[in-house]
Amino acid sequence: MTIRFTKDHEWIKLEGDVATVGITDYAQHALGDVVFVEVPEAGKALSQGKDAAVVESVKAASEVYAPVDGTVTEGNAALADEPALVNTDPTGKGWFFKMTLSNPSQLDALMDEEAYKSYVEGL
Amino acid sequence: MSMNNQGRPTTPHAASASETAGTFTGNRALMQEEALIFELDNPGVVGVDLPEPATTKTKLGGVKARGRIGLPDLAEPQVVRHFTRLSQKNFGIDSTMYPLGSCTMKHNPRLNEKMARLPGFSDIHPLQPESTVQGALELIDQLAHWLKTLTGMPAVAMSPGAGAHGELCGLMAIHAALEARGEGHRKRVLVPESAHGTNPATAAFCGFSVDTIPAEDNGRVSVEAVKAKLGPDVACIMLTNPNTCGLFEPQIKEIADAVHEAGGYFYCDGANYNAIVGRVRPADLGVDAMHINLHKTFSTPHGGGGPGSGPVVLSAALAPFAPLPYVVHGEDGFRLVEHAADAEGKPFGRLKTFHGQMGMFVRALSYILSHGADGLRQVATDAVLNANYVLASLQDVMSAPFGGPCMHEALFDDGFLKGTGVTPLDFAKAMIDEGFHPMTMYFPLVVHGALLVEPTETESKSTLDQFIATLRHLAEKAKAGDAAFFQAAPRLTPRRRLDETAAARKPILRWTPPAQPVQAQAAE
Amino acid sequence: MRYLPLTEADRRSMLATIGVDSVDALFRDVPEGARLPGPIPGLPNHMGELQVERHLSRLSTKNLTAGCVPFFLGAGAYKHHVPASVDQILLRGEFLTSYTPYQPEVSQGTLQYLFEFQTQVALLTGMDVANASMYDGATGTAEAVLMANRITKRNKAILSGGLHPHYREVTQTTCGVMGMDIQAQTPDPAGKEDLAGLVDDQTACVVVQTPSLFGHLSDFTALCTAAHAKGALVIVVVTEVVSLGLLTPPGQMGADIVVCEGQSIGNALNFGGPYVGLFATREKFVRQMPGRLCGQTVDAEGKRGFVLTLSTREQHIRREKATSNICTNSGLCALAFTIHLSLLGEEGFSRLARINHANAVLLAEKLAGLKGVEVLNDSFFNEFTVKLPKKAAKVVEKLAKQQILAGVPVSRLYPAEDGLEKLLLVACTETNTESDMDALVRGLEEVL
Repeated sequence: MTIRFTKDHEWIKLEGDVATVGITDYAQHALGDVVFVEVPEAGKALSQGKDAAVVESVKAASEVYAPVDGTVTEGNAALADEPALVNTDPTGKGWFFKMTLSNPSQLDALMDEEAYKSYVEGL
Repeated sequence: MSMNNQGRPTTPHAASASETAGTFTGNRALMQEEALIFELDNPGVVGVDLPEPATTKTKLGGVKARGRIGLPDLAEPQVVRHFTRLSQKNFGIDSTMYPLGSCTMKHNPRLNEKMARLPGFSDIHPLQPESTVQGALELIDQLAHWLKTLTGMPAVAMSPGAGAHGELCGLMAIHAALEARGEGHRKRVLVPESAHGTNPATAAFCGFSVDTIPAEDNGRVSVEAVKAKLGPDVACIMLTNPNTCGLFEPQIKEIADAVHEAGGYFYCDGANYNAIVGRVRPADLGVDAMHINLHKTFSTPHGGGGPGSGPVVLSAALAPFAPLPYVVHGEDGFRLVEHAADAEGKPFGRLKTFHGQMGMFVRALSYILSHGADGLRQVATDAVLNANYVLASLQDVMSAPFGGPCMHEALFDDGFLKGTGVTPLDFAKAMIDEGFHPMTMYFPLVVHGALLVEPTETESKSTLDQFIATLRHLAEKAKAGDAAFFQAAPRLTPRRRLDETAAARKPILRWTPPAQPVQAQAAE
Repeated sequence: MRYLPLTEADRRSMLATIGVDSVDALFRDVPEGARLPGPIPGLPNHMGELQVERHLSRLSTKNLTAGCVPFFLGAGAYKHHVPASVDQILLRGEFLTSYTPYQPEVSQGTLQYLFEFQTQVALLTGMDVANASMYDGATGTAEAVLMANRITKRNKAILSGGLHPHYREVTQTTCGVMGMDIQAQTPDPAGKEDLAGLVDDQTACVVVQTPSLFGHLSDFTALCTAAHAKGALVIVVVTEVVSLGLLTPPGQMGADIVVCEGQSIGNALNFGGPYVGLFATREKFVRQMPGRLCGQTVDAEGKRGFVLTLSTREQHIRREKATSNICTNSGLCALAFTIHLSLLGEEGFSRLARINHANAVLLAEKLAGLKGVEVLNDSFFNEFTVKLPKKAAKVVEKLAKQQILAGVPVSRLYPAEDGLEKLLLVACTETNTESDMDALVRGLEEVL
C-alpha cells in the first residue's frame, strides 16, 4: 500500500490495482464545513492535474484535481447524504473516488507522507 | 484542489437565550417576532375587494381549471402589519451608514420615487404607438445624452437590466465586432485577479476563456503584466477603474494603448464610477465599453437586491453593434428601432423583453438634473474625500495594505486582528451591535481578510467621526484580547448569527404546509 | 446641493487630517491629460426640487397614459390594478434602501419576504422550488435554456412559434453566443403547432408558452411525456402570471422549468421595466439553477431564521464556473409581487383570474360580431388574436388619435412576416369596463 500527496492537497492510496483519492486534513480545514461534494461517475477518464470532483463549503467552491491519469471505478455515494464526512474523516470515510491508473509511475513524482507534512508546514 | 481564501466560519458558536431578556411573547418591544405569511392564514377574509365576474362563460379549450393553490387569505391590515414588521428587521441607508464596498450605498432621494410614479411614466405600455409615448422616448434620449457627455463616449446601449447584464452587453458587442473583423478566433479575455466575480462569469457566459492577471504588490495592475499576457488571441481586457481595492489604475492609459495595439478592446467595469463622475471622462482613458450602474452612481434604490439598471457606453468601434431596441430622433420626433432590418449598424441582438428599466431611467435623470454638472463633480469629490478621511483616521489602529490616498473606498486587511482570535467576520458582527452595517468583507481576494469601506458622499462628517470612533474602539477591544465578545456578536439583532452550514447541507427553500393529521385526511 | 452634507469647513478640516492641501492631490493617480479642471462642459448645473419636478412632469404629460383611455394592450405586459398598500409598503426605507442580504442578522426582513416569494412562485407554477427572481421573463427564459444545456449536456433548443418573439430574440442572442443551436419555429397564430415530433436525442429542451403570444391555451402533458422519453426537458413560459389563478399550472403538466413574467402582480407597466422574472424548477435540478436562493435555518439560539444559500453556484464565488453572471436581480419588484399576492390570497387571486377571463370572453363576443373581424382563438385567457380586414398597425394608429389604445399589432413584433399584418392582439383585464369595450367596438366600426 502506497499513499502519496499532491501540492494541491489531494491524497491517493494505491491498493492492488485500484487507488482511492480524497483531500487532506489540511484542505478540509482550510475549506471549513463541507456542504456539498460532486464526485465523478464510474468510467470517467481522468487526466493528471485536471478537474475530477468539486467540493463546496458555504463560501467556497473548489475543484479537486486528478492526482494521476486513469479511469474512475467508483464515486463515494455516501458523500451525497453526508458531506460532513470530508471534515470528520478526510482520509477515511470521506474519500472522493476510486480509480485505476493508466500510468502508475506518475505516483513516484508525488510527495510521500513525510514530504507532504513538511510542505504544509512551509505554507 | 483549488484553494480559495474566502473560507470563514459558517456555523455560529452556540449562544444562550439568557444573554437577552426573555419576554412572554418572544417580542422585544420594537423588535417583533413575525411568522411566515402562510402561517397567518385567516380563511374567509380577503385583502382585495373584487366584483363577481361579468359572465360565467369560459373559453378554456381543453385546458382544465386548476384546483386549490394553497395561498393564505388575509385582510389588508394583517398584510400591512406583516410586511411592516418584516421591514423593521432590516438596515437600510435611511436608517444607518451602510458602507458596503463596491455597492455605492448612497442616499436615495424621494423626489426620484415621486417622479417615477408619475402616471405619464409608470402607466404607459412598452408597445403603445410611438406617437403616444414621445415624452418617454425623449426622457430616454435625455438620459442617454447625459451619460454620453459625462463619459465622453459617442454611444450608449440603454437596455441592460443591471451591472452584470451590462457586462454581458459590452462583451457581446466586442464579440460581434471581432466577428465582423473576421477575428472570431480571439477567445481570451484578460481579467485581473482583483476583479468582481461578475467579470469572469460574464466572459465565460459569452464563450470566452478567462486569463487572470496577477495584481502588483501595490494593489494595481501594471502595463508590463498586461503586455506579458497579450497576444493575437486576446479579445479584450476587463478592468475595473477605480479598481476593487479602491485605487485608480495609474497606468490605465498605457494599458489601454497596449491592448488596442494588440488588436483587443478595453472593457471597463464601471461599478466604481462614483469616484470619478464629473471629474474624469472614461473616453479620455481609452475605454471601448463601460457599464454604468444607475443603482450605484445615480442613486436608484438598491431595493434589497434590485432592480438595477446597467446602460453601457460604447466607443465608435463598438457602437454599430449595440443591441436592439434603441431610440433615434427622426423628422416626426422620436422613434424606436426594434428590428435589425431597420437598424443602421449591425445590432448583436436583444437583451431584455422591452426597452430597458424605464422606471430606473426616470429616477436616474431626476438625480442627475438635481446635481447638474457641478453637483456630480462634487459627488465624486466628497465620496473620495470621505473614504480618505476614514483611511487616514484608522490606519494607525487597523491595517491598510496599500496606504493612501485611495479613491472612494478605504481598504483594510485583517493584519490588525492577527493573533487576537477575532476574524474579520467577528469584527463586522460587532459593528452591527453598534448600529452600523458592516463593510464588504473577504473581497477583493488579493488581500487577506479584506474589509472594504465605501462611505459615499452621503455621510456627514459627524457620522464619519462616530463610525471612526466606533471602529477604533472595536479594534482596540480586539487587540485587548476579548475574542469571546466578538465571537458572540451580534447580540442585539432580531436573530443572532445564523447557521449557514445547516442551510446549505439540507436546503429548505420554501414553506410547506405541516403534515395533516391522519384523522383529518380520513374525514375528507 | 441638498444631497451633500459636508460643509466647506468640514472639507478643509478633513483634508488637514488626511494631510493634503487640496482634493486634487487625492486624484494624483489620474493621468494628467484626463483630469478635468472644472465641471464637464455642455451640461447644466444643479436644479432645485421644484425645477426638476417641473421638467420631468412636462415630459410625462407628452405620453398618453393607459389609465386615461380605453386600453387593450398586452403581449407580455399587462395593466392590472395594484392596491395602494403595495406601493406604500415597498417605499419603506428599510426595504427600499437596503441591498442584497449579505448580513443576515440585519436583513431578516428581506430574507423572509424572499422565502415567501419563492414559496408563492413554487405554488403558482406547481413546481418544487423557485429562485429569488430574474430581471424579467425573457432573460429568465434564456437562463432556463442554458440551464437545460448544463443538465442534459445537449446543444439544441426548440422554441415554439407561440413564444413571444422578444423572448425568442433574447434567447437567440444569449444562447447563440454560447454556441447553442436555437431552432425557432415560425409564428403560430392558429395555435395548431405540435412540437413532439421535432424532439430528438440531441435536444436539450423545448420552450413553449401558455397562453401563447396569440392567446391560445395548451396542455403540455403529452409534450412533456414525449420530450422526457427522449431525455429532453420542457420549459414552459407564462407571460401573464394572472392566468395561473385559473389554469392548470405547468408543474402539473410535467414541466421541468417554468419561467414567468411576474409584472402583472404588484408592478406597474412602467414602459417595459423594471419587471420581475419568476423562475421555478424541480428539486433535483436546484444546483443547476441561476440566481439567488434564500433558505431557512436556525440562529445561535436555535430560532428560525433565513439566509442566502447554495451561493457556490453564483458568480461571486464560482466566478467563471458560475451558473449565471446575474448579481443584482429584481428584489423590490419581487416584494411588490409578494405583497400584492398576499393581499389577494387564494380567494382574491382566483377571482381576479376569473374576472380577467370573463371580461375577455365578453369582449371577444362583441368583436366577433363586427363585420369583417374574426377572432382566431378557440381558447384564451385574457388575450386573443383578431384578424381585421385592414392592416392592424394603421388601425391602431387611427384609434390612438381617438384616444383608444386598441391592442398590439402583430406586425410590431413580426414586421417581416407576410400574412400577419392584419392580426391584432387584444388583451382585456379587470381594469376594462364594459364602456371601454363598447368604445373599442365603436372605434373599430368607424375605422374599418
